[in-house]
Amino acid sequence: MTTLPASTEKKLGLVIDLDTCVGCHACVVSCKGWNTENYGAPLSDQDPYGADPSGTFLNRVHSYEVQPTEGPAQLIHFPKSCLHCDDAPCVTVCPTGASYKRVEDGIVLVNETDCIGCGLCAWACPYGAREMDQAAGVMKKCTLCVDRIYNENLPEEDRQPACVRTCPSNARHFGDLSDPDSEVSQLVAERGGMDLMPEQGTKPVNKYLPPRPKDTWEEVDILAPLLEPVAPEADGLLGWLDRTLGKVGGK
Amino acid sequence: MHPAPSIIIFTVLSGLGFGLLAFLGLGMPTVFGSVAFGYFTIAYLLAVVGLASSAFHLGNPQRALKAFTQWRSSWLSREACLSVATLVVMAIYGGALVFFNTKLSTLGLIGSVLALATVFATSMIYGQLKTVPRWNSWTTPALFVTLSLAGGALLAGQVVFTLAFLVVAGILQVIAWMLGDGRFEQAGSTQETATGLGAIGTVRHFEAPHTGTNYLLREMVHHVGRKHAQTLRVISLILMVILPVILLWLGVTYVTVALAAISHIAGTLASRWLFFAEAEHVVGLYYGQR
Repeated sequence: MTTLPASTEKKLGLVIDLDTCVGCHACVVSCKGWNTENYGAPLSDQDPYGADPSGTFLNRVHSYEVQPTEGPAQLIHFPKSCLHCDDAPCVTVCPTGASYKRVEDGIVLVNETDCIGCGLCAWACPYGAREMDQAAGVMKKCTLCVDRIYNENLPEEDRQPACVRTCPSNARHFGDLSDPDSEVSQLVAERGGMDLMPEQGTKPVNKYLPPRPKDTWEEVDILAPLLEPVAPEADGLLGWLDRTLGKVGGK
Repeated sequence: MHPAPSIIIFTVLSGLGFGLLAFLGLGMPTVFGSVAFGYFTIAYLLAVVGLASSAFHLGNPQRALKAFTQWRSSWLSREACLSVATLVVMAIYGGALVFFNTKLSTLGLIGSVLALATVFATSMIYGQLKTVPRWNSWTTPALFVTLSLAGGALLAGQVVFTLAFLVVAGILQVIAWMLGDGRFEQAGSTQETATGLGAIGTVRHFEAPHTGTNYLLREMVHHVGRKHAQTLRVISLILMVILPVILLWLGVTYVTVALAAISHIAGTLASRWLFFAEAEHVVGLYYGQR
Protein backbone atom coordinates (compact mmCIF):
# COMPACT_ATOMS: atom_id res chain seq x y z
CA MET A 1 0.00 0.00 0.00
CA THR A 2 1.29 3.44 -0.80
CA THR A 3 -0.71 5.20 1.85
CA LEU A 4 1.57 6.27 4.68
CA PRO A 5 1.29 4.64 8.12
CA ALA A 6 -0.34 6.92 10.72
CA SER A 7 2.67 6.38 12.95
CA THR A 8 5.71 4.13 13.04
CA GLU A 9 7.01 2.15 16.02
CA LYS A 10 10.51 3.54 15.57
CA LYS A 11 11.97 6.33 13.47
CA LEU A 12 15.31 5.01 12.36
CA GLY A 13 17.39 7.65 10.66
CA LEU A 14 20.65 9.52 10.38
CA VAL A 15 22.00 12.59 12.10
CA ILE A 16 24.62 14.31 9.97
CA ASP A 17 27.08 16.70 11.58
CA LEU A 18 27.92 19.51 9.17
CA ASP A 19 30.51 20.76 11.64
CA THR A 20 32.73 17.71 11.44
CA CYS A 21 32.14 16.44 7.90
CA VAL A 22 35.41 16.87 6.02
CA GLY A 23 33.97 16.14 2.58
CA CYS A 24 36.07 13.03 1.92
CA HIS A 25 33.24 11.18 0.09
CA ALA A 26 34.11 7.92 1.92
CA CYS A 27 30.40 7.51 2.75
CA VAL A 28 29.57 7.84 -0.97
CA VAL A 29 32.03 5.09 -1.87
CA SER A 30 31.04 2.71 0.93
CA CYS A 31 27.35 3.24 0.13
CA LYS A 32 27.88 2.50 -3.54
CA GLY A 33 29.97 -0.55 -2.68
CA TRP A 34 27.56 -2.11 -0.20
CA ASN A 35 24.41 -1.37 -2.16
CA THR A 36 25.84 -2.60 -5.45
CA GLU A 37 26.70 -5.98 -3.97
CA ASN A 38 23.63 -6.55 -1.83
CA TYR A 39 19.98 -5.39 -1.66
CA GLY A 40 18.19 -5.17 -5.01
CA ALA A 41 19.47 -4.22 -8.44
CA PRO A 42 23.12 -3.11 -8.50
CA LEU A 43 23.87 0.61 -8.76
CA SER A 44 24.92 0.79 -12.39
CA ASP A 45 27.28 3.22 -14.09
CA GLN A 46 27.01 4.44 -17.66
CA ASP A 47 30.22 5.15 -19.58
CA PRO A 48 32.22 5.08 -16.31
CA TYR A 49 35.65 5.36 -17.92
CA GLY A 50 34.57 7.35 -20.98
CA ALA A 51 34.03 10.99 -21.80
CA ASP A 52 30.57 11.32 -20.25
CA PRO A 53 30.43 9.23 -17.07
CA SER A 54 27.30 9.04 -14.92
CA GLY A 55 25.83 6.56 -12.52
CA THR A 56 23.38 5.78 -9.75
CA PHE A 57 24.26 6.87 -6.22
CA LEU A 58 22.15 6.81 -3.06
CA ASN A 59 24.31 9.31 -1.22
CA ARG A 60 26.11 12.33 -2.62
CA VAL A 61 28.25 15.01 -0.97
CA HIS A 62 27.83 18.62 -2.06
CA SER A 63 30.07 21.45 -0.87
CA TYR A 64 28.70 24.91 -0.14
CA GLU A 65 30.38 28.22 0.45
CA VAL A 66 28.46 30.24 3.03
CA GLN A 67 29.23 33.96 3.25
CA PRO A 68 28.28 35.64 6.55
CA THR A 69 27.59 39.40 6.53
CA GLU A 70 31.00 39.93 8.14
CA GLY A 71 34.16 37.86 8.15
CA PRO A 72 35.46 35.21 5.82
CA ALA A 73 33.27 32.66 4.02
CA GLN A 74 32.88 29.13 5.41
CA LEU A 75 33.15 25.96 3.37
CA ILE A 76 30.61 23.35 4.44
CA HIS A 77 30.51 19.80 3.13
CA PHE A 78 27.00 18.50 2.84
CA PRO A 79 26.20 14.77 2.48
CA LYS A 80 22.69 14.14 1.21
CA SER A 81 20.70 10.91 1.04
CA CYS A 82 17.08 9.87 1.68
CA LEU A 83 15.70 11.60 4.80
CA HIS A 84 13.08 8.84 5.40
CA CYS A 85 10.38 11.54 5.81
CA ASP A 86 7.39 10.98 8.09
CA ASP A 87 5.19 12.57 5.44
CA ALA A 88 7.00 11.11 2.45
CA PRO A 89 5.51 12.46 -0.81
CA CYS A 90 7.44 9.85 -2.80
CA VAL A 91 5.37 7.06 -1.22
CA THR A 92 1.86 8.37 -1.86
CA VAL A 93 2.45 9.19 -5.55
CA CYS A 94 3.55 5.62 -6.40
CA PRO A 95 0.94 4.00 -8.68
CA THR A 96 1.99 0.39 -8.04
CA GLY A 97 2.59 0.21 -4.30
CA ALA A 98 6.30 -0.42 -4.89
CA SER A 99 7.22 2.54 -2.70
CA TYR A 100 6.36 2.16 0.96
CA LYS A 101 7.20 3.28 4.49
CA ARG A 102 7.70 0.51 7.05
CA VAL A 103 5.49 0.60 10.13
CA GLU A 104 8.08 -1.09 12.35
CA ASP A 105 10.98 1.32 11.84
CA GLY A 106 9.88 4.08 9.44
CA ILE A 107 12.36 3.16 6.71
CA VAL A 108 11.18 4.17 3.22
CA LEU A 109 11.87 1.37 0.72
CA VAL A 110 11.18 0.42 -2.89
CA ASN A 111 9.99 -3.06 -3.74
CA GLU A 112 11.85 -3.38 -7.00
CA THR A 113 9.75 -6.25 -8.36
CA ASP A 114 6.71 -3.90 -8.31
CA CYS A 115 8.47 -0.77 -9.63
CA ILE A 116 7.51 0.18 -13.20
CA GLY A 117 10.14 2.92 -13.39
CA CYS A 118 7.73 5.80 -14.01
CA GLY A 119 9.95 8.18 -12.07
CA LEU A 120 7.09 10.06 -10.39
CA CYS A 121 8.49 9.42 -6.87
CA ALA A 122 11.76 11.10 -7.86
CA TRP A 123 9.76 14.10 -9.07
CA ALA A 124 7.86 14.20 -5.78
CA CYS A 125 11.04 14.21 -3.66
CA PRO A 126 12.37 17.73 -2.94
CA TYR A 127 15.78 16.41 -1.90
CA GLY A 128 16.85 14.48 -4.98
CA ALA A 129 17.14 11.34 -2.87
CA ARG A 130 15.84 8.95 -5.52
CA GLU A 131 17.60 8.06 -8.72
CA MET A 132 16.35 5.81 -11.50
CA ASP A 133 18.87 3.14 -12.33
CA GLN A 134 19.47 3.42 -16.05
CA ALA A 135 20.37 -0.27 -16.47
CA ALA A 136 17.60 -1.85 -14.36
CA GLY A 137 14.89 0.75 -15.02
CA VAL A 138 13.86 0.75 -11.36
CA MET A 139 14.02 3.46 -8.72
CA LYS A 140 16.93 3.26 -6.29
CA LYS A 141 17.14 4.96 -2.92
CA CYS A 142 18.84 4.73 0.47
CA THR A 143 17.59 1.67 2.37
CA LEU A 144 19.30 2.79 5.57
CA CYS A 145 21.24 -0.44 4.92
CA VAL A 146 18.26 -2.49 6.05
CA ASP A 147 20.32 -5.56 5.12
CA ARG A 148 23.06 -4.59 7.61
CA ILE A 149 21.28 -3.10 10.61
CA TYR A 150 19.28 -6.28 11.40
CA ASN A 151 21.87 -8.71 10.01
CA GLU A 152 22.96 -11.12 12.73
CA ASN A 153 25.61 -12.62 10.46
CA LEU A 154 27.58 -9.41 10.87
CA PRO A 155 29.58 -8.51 14.00
CA GLU A 156 27.54 -6.17 16.17
CA GLU A 157 29.65 -3.09 15.42
CA ASP A 158 28.89 -3.52 11.71
CA ARG A 159 25.12 -3.51 12.20
CA GLN A 160 24.76 0.10 11.12
CA PRO A 161 24.52 1.77 7.72
CA ALA A 162 27.69 1.48 5.64
CA CYS A 163 28.06 5.28 5.44
CA VAL A 164 27.97 5.62 9.24
CA ARG A 165 30.37 2.71 9.77
CA THR A 166 32.90 4.12 7.35
CA CYS A 167 32.84 7.84 8.25
CA PRO A 168 36.37 8.72 9.45
CA SER A 169 35.32 11.98 11.13
CA ASN A 170 32.29 10.65 13.02
CA ALA A 171 30.04 13.06 11.17
CA ARG A 172 27.30 10.47 10.68
CA HIS A 173 25.19 8.98 13.45
CA PHE A 174 22.50 6.30 13.22
CA GLY A 175 19.69 5.61 15.67
CA ASP A 176 16.04 5.85 16.66
CA LEU A 177 14.86 9.45 16.47
CA SER A 178 11.48 8.65 18.03
CA ASP A 179 13.19 7.80 21.35
CA PRO A 180 14.08 11.08 23.12
CA ASP A 181 16.77 9.29 25.17
CA SER A 182 18.60 7.85 22.19
CA GLU A 183 22.08 9.13 21.42
CA VAL A 184 20.92 10.65 18.13
CA SER A 185 17.93 12.43 19.72
CA GLN A 186 20.20 13.89 22.37
CA LEU A 187 22.64 15.11 19.73
CA VAL A 188 19.76 16.78 17.90
CA ALA A 189 18.56 18.43 21.12
CA GLU A 190 22.04 19.61 22.15
CA ARG A 191 23.17 20.92 18.80
CA GLY A 192 19.89 22.27 17.40
CA GLY A 193 19.43 19.63 14.69
CA MET A 194 17.45 20.95 11.75
CA ASP A 195 15.17 19.82 8.90
CA LEU A 196 16.00 20.46 5.27
CA MET A 197 13.37 22.49 3.35
CA PRO A 198 10.83 22.45 6.19
CA GLU A 199 8.48 24.51 3.99
CA GLN A 200 7.90 21.41 1.85
CA GLY A 201 6.07 19.81 4.78
CA THR A 202 7.77 16.42 4.41
CA LYS A 203 8.75 16.10 8.11
CA PRO A 204 12.16 14.50 7.51
CA VAL A 205 13.40 11.98 10.08
CA ASN A 206 17.08 12.62 9.28
CA LYS A 207 18.44 15.73 10.95
CA TYR A 208 21.40 17.94 10.16
CA LEU A 209 23.56 19.48 12.89
CA PRO A 210 24.55 23.01 11.88
CA PRO A 211 28.24 24.02 11.99
CA ARG A 212 29.25 25.34 15.42
CA PRO A 213 29.79 29.12 15.55
CA LYS A 214 33.32 30.13 14.57
CA ASP A 215 35.64 31.63 17.20
CA THR A 216 36.10 35.34 16.72
CA TRP A 217 39.66 36.63 16.66
CA GLU A 218 40.63 40.27 16.89
CA GLU A 219 43.93 41.19 15.29
CA VAL A 220 46.25 42.51 18.03
CA ASP A 221 49.88 43.52 17.54
CA ILE A 222 51.50 43.03 20.94
CA LEU A 223 54.68 44.94 19.92
CA ALA A 224 52.88 48.12 18.82
CA PRO A 225 52.91 49.94 22.19
CA LEU A 226 56.69 49.46 22.46
CA LEU A 227 57.53 51.12 19.15
CA GLU A 228 58.34 54.83 18.68
CA PRO A 229 55.52 56.56 16.85
CA VAL A 230 56.38 57.35 13.25
CA ALA A 231 56.81 61.12 12.65
CA PRO A 232 53.64 62.27 10.91
CA GLU A 233 55.29 65.33 9.35
CA ALA A 234 58.76 65.43 7.78
CA ASP A 235 61.17 68.20 8.84
CA GLY A 236 64.79 69.20 8.01
CA LEU A 237 66.10 68.30 4.57
CA LEU A 238 63.26 65.80 3.94
CA GLY A 239 60.74 68.48 4.91
CA TRP A 240 62.31 70.98 2.48
CA LEU A 241 62.34 68.33 -0.29
CA ASP A 242 58.71 67.47 0.42
CA ARG A 243 57.62 71.10 0.22
CA THR A 244 59.70 71.87 -2.90
CA LEU A 245 58.61 68.76 -4.80
CA GLY A 246 55.05 69.52 -3.75
CA LYS A 247 55.31 72.99 -5.36
CA VAL A 248 56.90 71.62 -8.56
CA GLY A 249 54.35 68.84 -8.85
CA GLY A 250 51.49 71.13 -7.85
CA LYS A 251 50.51 69.08 -4.81
CA MET B 1 11.74 19.54 -15.91
CA HIS B 2 12.84 17.45 -18.88
CA PRO B 3 10.25 17.82 -21.65
CA ALA B 4 10.12 14.14 -22.65
CA PRO B 5 8.40 13.86 -26.07
CA SER B 6 6.55 10.71 -24.94
CA ILE B 7 4.84 12.57 -22.05
CA ILE B 8 4.05 15.66 -24.14
CA ILE B 9 2.47 13.54 -26.89
CA PHE B 10 0.64 11.44 -24.30
CA THR B 11 -0.94 14.35 -22.44
CA VAL B 12 -1.94 16.24 -25.60
CA LEU B 13 -3.33 13.31 -27.61
CA SER B 14 -5.08 11.55 -24.73
CA GLY B 15 -6.51 14.94 -23.66
CA LEU B 16 -7.98 15.35 -27.15
CA GLY B 17 -9.25 11.77 -27.30
CA PHE B 18 -10.96 11.93 -23.91
CA GLY B 19 -12.33 15.39 -24.73
CA LEU B 20 -13.91 13.97 -27.90
CA LEU B 21 -15.31 11.02 -25.93
CA ALA B 22 -16.83 13.45 -23.41
CA PHE B 23 -18.80 15.15 -26.22
CA LEU B 24 -19.75 11.88 -27.92
CA GLY B 25 -21.06 10.59 -24.60
CA LEU B 26 -23.34 13.60 -24.32
CA GLY B 27 -24.70 12.95 -27.81
CA MET B 28 -22.93 15.92 -29.32
CA PRO B 29 -23.13 14.99 -32.12
CA THR B 30 -25.63 12.11 -31.90
CA VAL B 31 -24.42 9.80 -34.65
CA PHE B 32 -25.20 6.23 -35.59
CA GLY B 33 -23.75 3.46 -37.73
CA SER B 34 -20.66 4.10 -39.82
CA VAL B 35 -20.50 7.81 -38.94
CA ALA B 36 -20.42 6.91 -35.25
CA PHE B 37 -17.76 4.29 -36.05
CA GLY B 38 -15.61 7.05 -37.61
CA TYR B 39 -15.92 9.37 -34.61
CA PHE B 40 -15.23 6.64 -32.06
CA THR B 41 -12.27 5.34 -34.04
CA ILE B 42 -10.67 8.81 -33.98
CA ALA B 43 -11.35 9.21 -30.25
CA TYR B 44 -9.97 5.74 -29.39
CA LEU B 45 -6.90 6.17 -31.60
CA LEU B 46 -6.05 9.45 -29.87
CA ALA B 47 -6.67 8.12 -26.37
CA VAL B 48 -4.93 4.77 -26.87
CA VAL B 49 -1.94 6.15 -28.82
CA GLY B 50 -1.55 8.66 -26.00
CA LEU B 51 -1.63 5.97 -23.33
CA ALA B 52 0.76 3.72 -25.30
CA SER B 53 3.10 6.68 -25.72
CA SER B 54 3.21 7.16 -21.94
CA ALA B 55 4.31 3.52 -21.57
CA PHE B 56 7.53 4.39 -23.46
CA HIS B 57 8.45 6.55 -20.51
CA LEU B 58 8.49 3.59 -18.12
CA GLY B 59 11.62 1.72 -17.07
CA ASN B 60 9.72 -1.57 -16.77
CA PRO B 61 6.49 -1.30 -18.82
CA GLN B 62 5.86 -5.07 -18.52
CA ARG B 63 4.61 -4.46 -14.95
CA ALA B 64 2.23 -1.65 -15.96
CA LEU B 65 -0.82 -3.65 -14.77
CA LYS B 66 0.32 -3.07 -11.17
CA ALA B 67 -0.41 0.64 -11.68
CA PHE B 68 -4.13 -0.11 -11.26
CA THR B 69 -3.77 -1.02 -7.59
CA GLN B 70 -3.03 2.22 -5.71
CA TRP B 71 -6.00 4.42 -6.64
CA ARG B 72 -6.59 5.26 -2.96
CA SER B 73 -3.48 7.41 -2.77
CA SER B 74 -1.91 7.89 -6.20
CA TRP B 75 -3.19 10.21 -8.95
CA LEU B 76 -1.20 8.24 -11.51
CA SER B 77 -3.00 5.06 -10.49
CA ARG B 78 -6.37 6.90 -10.49
CA GLU B 79 -5.62 8.08 -14.02
CA ALA B 80 -4.92 4.50 -15.13
CA CYS B 81 -8.16 3.19 -13.56
CA LEU B 82 -10.31 6.06 -14.84
CA SER B 83 -8.93 5.85 -18.38
CA VAL B 84 -9.66 2.13 -18.66
CA ALA B 85 -13.12 2.60 -17.09
CA THR B 86 -13.85 5.36 -19.64
CA LEU B 87 -12.67 3.26 -22.55
CA VAL B 88 -14.76 0.26 -21.45
CA VAL B 89 -17.96 2.28 -20.80
CA MET B 90 -17.62 4.24 -24.02
CA ALA B 91 -16.93 1.04 -25.98
CA ILE B 92 -20.34 -0.31 -24.89
CA TYR B 93 -22.03 3.05 -25.57
CA GLY B 94 -20.28 3.38 -28.95
CA GLY B 95 -20.97 -0.25 -29.85
CA ALA B 96 -24.70 0.30 -29.26
CA LEU B 97 -24.62 3.39 -31.51
CA VAL B 98 -22.61 1.73 -34.27
CA PHE B 99 -24.13 -1.73 -34.41
CA PHE B 100 -27.64 -1.38 -32.93
CA ASN B 101 -28.46 2.27 -33.74
CA THR B 102 -29.36 2.58 -30.07
CA LYS B 103 -28.39 5.50 -27.81
CA LEU B 104 -27.80 4.46 -24.19
CA SER B 105 -27.98 8.05 -22.86
CA THR B 106 -27.24 7.29 -19.18
CA LEU B 107 -24.22 5.18 -20.07
CA GLY B 108 -23.01 7.96 -22.35
CA LEU B 109 -23.35 10.50 -19.57
CA ILE B 110 -21.36 8.25 -17.22
CA GLY B 111 -18.72 7.85 -19.94
CA SER B 112 -18.51 11.64 -20.38
CA VAL B 113 -17.98 12.22 -16.69
CA LEU B 114 -15.34 9.45 -16.57
CA ALA B 115 -13.56 10.94 -19.59
CA LEU B 116 -13.28 14.35 -17.96
CA ALA B 117 -12.29 12.75 -14.64
CA THR B 118 -9.47 10.98 -16.51
CA VAL B 119 -8.13 14.29 -17.84
CA PHE B 120 -8.45 15.81 -14.36
CA ALA B 121 -6.48 12.89 -12.88
CA THR B 122 -3.77 13.37 -15.54
CA SER B 123 -3.48 17.04 -14.62
CA MET B 124 -3.31 16.24 -10.89
CA ILE B 125 -0.26 14.02 -11.45
CA TYR B 126 1.53 17.32 -12.08
CA GLY B 127 -0.68 19.63 -10.03
CA GLN B 128 -0.06 17.66 -6.81
CA LEU B 129 3.73 18.10 -6.85
CA LYS B 130 4.81 20.65 -4.24
CA THR B 131 8.35 20.18 -5.51
CA VAL B 132 7.43 21.94 -8.78
CA PRO B 133 5.78 25.17 -7.62
CA ARG B 134 4.77 26.24 -11.15
CA TRP B 135 2.60 23.14 -11.49
CA ASN B 136 1.33 23.09 -7.91
CA SER B 137 -1.59 25.41 -8.65
CA TRP B 138 -5.30 25.32 -9.55
CA THR B 139 -4.32 26.53 -13.02
CA THR B 140 -2.87 23.11 -13.95
CA PRO B 141 -6.13 21.09 -13.73
CA ALA B 142 -8.19 24.06 -14.99
CA LEU B 143 -6.06 24.42 -18.12
CA PHE B 144 -5.76 20.67 -18.84
CA VAL B 145 -9.53 20.10 -18.59
CA THR B 146 -10.46 23.22 -20.59
CA LEU B 147 -7.99 22.40 -23.36
CA SER B 148 -9.36 18.87 -23.49
CA LEU B 149 -12.90 20.23 -23.79
CA ALA B 150 -11.87 22.75 -26.47
CA GLY B 151 -10.04 20.12 -28.53
CA GLY B 152 -12.85 17.62 -28.01
CA ALA B 153 -15.49 20.13 -29.12
CA LEU B 154 -13.41 21.00 -32.18
CA LEU B 155 -13.09 17.35 -33.23
CA ALA B 156 -16.79 16.75 -32.46
CA GLY B 157 -17.75 19.67 -34.72
CA GLN B 158 -19.42 21.62 -31.90
CA VAL B 159 -18.56 25.12 -33.13
CA VAL B 160 -20.17 27.18 -30.36
CA PHE B 161 -18.61 25.06 -27.61
CA THR B 162 -15.28 25.12 -29.44
CA LEU B 163 -15.22 28.91 -29.59
CA ALA B 164 -16.27 29.24 -25.93
CA PHE B 165 -13.76 26.72 -24.58
CA LEU B 166 -10.95 28.03 -26.81
CA VAL B 167 -11.41 31.55 -25.46
CA VAL B 168 -11.55 30.30 -21.86
CA ALA B 169 -8.48 28.10 -22.46
CA GLY B 170 -6.61 31.08 -23.91
CA ILE B 171 -7.42 33.22 -20.86
CA LEU B 172 -6.49 30.38 -18.47
CA GLN B 173 -3.23 29.83 -20.36
CA VAL B 174 -2.23 33.48 -19.95
CA ILE B 175 -3.19 33.40 -16.24
CA ALA B 176 -1.21 30.16 -15.77
CA TRP B 177 1.88 31.76 -17.30
CA MET B 178 1.52 34.98 -15.31
CA LEU B 179 0.92 33.28 -11.95
CA GLY B 180 3.41 30.54 -12.77
CA ASP B 181 6.29 32.98 -13.21
CA GLY B 182 6.08 33.96 -9.53
CA ARG B 183 5.23 30.57 -8.03
CA PHE B 184 8.78 29.46 -7.24
CA GLU B 185 9.50 32.58 -5.18
CA GLN B 186 6.11 32.28 -3.42
CA ALA B 187 6.81 28.67 -2.46
CA GLY B 188 9.73 30.04 -0.44
CA SER B 189 12.38 27.40 -1.10
CA THR B 190 15.87 28.82 -1.49
CA GLN B 191 19.42 27.49 -1.30
CA GLU B 192 19.35 28.65 2.32
CA THR B 193 16.25 26.58 3.28
CA ALA B 194 17.49 23.63 1.20
CA THR B 195 20.76 23.43 3.12
CA GLY B 196 19.54 24.89 6.42
CA LEU B 197 22.64 27.09 6.36
CA GLY B 198 20.80 30.41 5.89
CA ALA B 199 21.35 31.31 9.56
CA ILE B 200 25.06 31.68 8.84
CA GLY B 201 24.87 33.65 5.61
CA THR B 202 24.23 33.44 1.90
CA VAL B 203 24.82 30.03 0.37
CA ARG B 204 26.66 29.36 -2.86
CA HIS B 205 27.17 25.93 -4.44
CA PHE B 206 30.93 25.53 -4.25
CA GLU B 207 31.46 22.06 -5.62
CA ALA B 208 29.09 19.52 -7.17
CA PRO B 209 29.04 15.97 -5.78
CA HIS B 210 30.05 14.57 -9.16
CA THR B 211 32.09 15.64 -12.16
CA GLY B 212 29.62 14.44 -14.77
CA THR B 213 25.86 14.76 -14.85
CA ASN B 214 23.28 12.51 -13.22
CA TYR B 215 19.65 11.38 -13.37
CA LEU B 216 18.46 14.27 -11.20
CA LEU B 217 20.02 16.94 -13.40
CA ARG B 218 18.88 15.31 -16.63
CA GLU B 219 15.33 14.82 -15.41
CA MET B 220 14.66 17.84 -13.22
CA VAL B 221 17.14 20.63 -13.87
CA HIS B 222 16.55 20.87 -17.61
CA HIS B 223 16.66 24.45 -18.84
CA VAL B 224 17.63 24.13 -22.48
CA GLY B 225 14.23 25.22 -23.73
CA ARG B 226 13.75 28.28 -21.56
CA LYS B 227 15.78 30.59 -23.80
CA HIS B 228 13.00 31.04 -26.34
CA ALA B 229 10.15 30.76 -23.83
CA GLN B 230 8.57 34.15 -24.56
CA THR B 231 8.59 33.60 -28.34
CA LEU B 232 7.18 30.11 -27.90
CA ARG B 233 4.42 31.41 -25.63
CA VAL B 234 3.27 33.79 -28.36
CA ILE B 235 3.48 31.11 -31.07
CA SER B 236 1.64 28.62 -28.87
CA LEU B 237 -1.17 31.06 -28.04
CA ILE B 238 -1.62 32.03 -31.70
CA LEU B 239 -1.74 28.41 -32.94
CA MET B 240 -3.68 26.97 -30.01
CA VAL B 241 -6.43 29.61 -29.67
CA ILE B 242 -6.30 32.66 -31.94
CA LEU B 243 -5.87 31.02 -35.36
CA PRO B 244 -8.54 28.32 -34.77
CA VAL B 245 -11.00 30.99 -33.56
CA ILE B 246 -10.37 33.11 -36.68
CA LEU B 247 -10.67 30.07 -38.97
CA LEU B 248 -14.00 29.03 -37.44
CA TRP B 249 -15.16 32.63 -37.56
CA LEU B 250 -14.48 32.72 -41.32
CA GLY B 251 -16.80 29.83 -41.91
CA VAL B 252 -17.42 26.26 -40.83
CA THR B 253 -16.29 24.00 -43.66
CA TYR B 254 -14.32 20.75 -43.62
CA VAL B 255 -11.24 22.74 -44.65
CA THR B 256 -11.45 25.38 -41.92
CA VAL B 257 -12.27 22.82 -39.22
CA ALA B 258 -9.38 20.59 -40.33
CA LEU B 259 -6.98 23.54 -40.41
CA ALA B 260 -8.25 24.74 -37.02
CA ALA B 261 -7.72 21.26 -35.56
CA ILE B 262 -4.15 20.99 -36.93
CA SER B 263 -3.33 24.49 -35.68
CA HIS B 264 -4.87 23.77 -32.26
CA ILE B 265 -2.94 20.51 -31.84
CA ALA B 266 0.35 22.15 -32.86
CA GLY B 267 -0.27 25.04 -30.45
CA THR B 268 -1.21 22.68 -27.62
CA LEU B 269 1.97 20.65 -28.20
CA ALA B 270 4.01 23.88 -27.93
CA SER B 271 2.13 24.90 -24.79
CA ARG B 272 2.67 21.48 -23.22
CA TRP B 273 6.35 21.56 -24.16
CA LEU B 274 6.66 24.87 -22.31
CA PHE B 275 4.69 23.40 -19.38
CA PHE B 276 7.58 20.99 -18.84
CA ALA B 277 10.53 23.06 -20.03
CA GLU B 278 9.64 26.06 -17.86
CA ALA B 279 8.85 24.04 -14.73
CA GLU B 280 11.55 24.36 -12.09
CA HIS B 281 12.05 21.61 -9.51
CA VAL B 282 13.27 22.62 -6.04
CA VAL B 283 16.02 19.95 -6.17
CA GLY B 284 17.89 22.30 -8.52
CA LEU B 285 18.59 24.48 -5.48
CA TYR B 286 21.03 21.85 -4.18
CA TYR B 287 22.98 22.35 -7.39
CA GLY B 288 22.77 26.15 -7.35
CA GLN B 289 20.49 25.94 -10.38
CA ARG B 290 16.84 26.36 -11.19
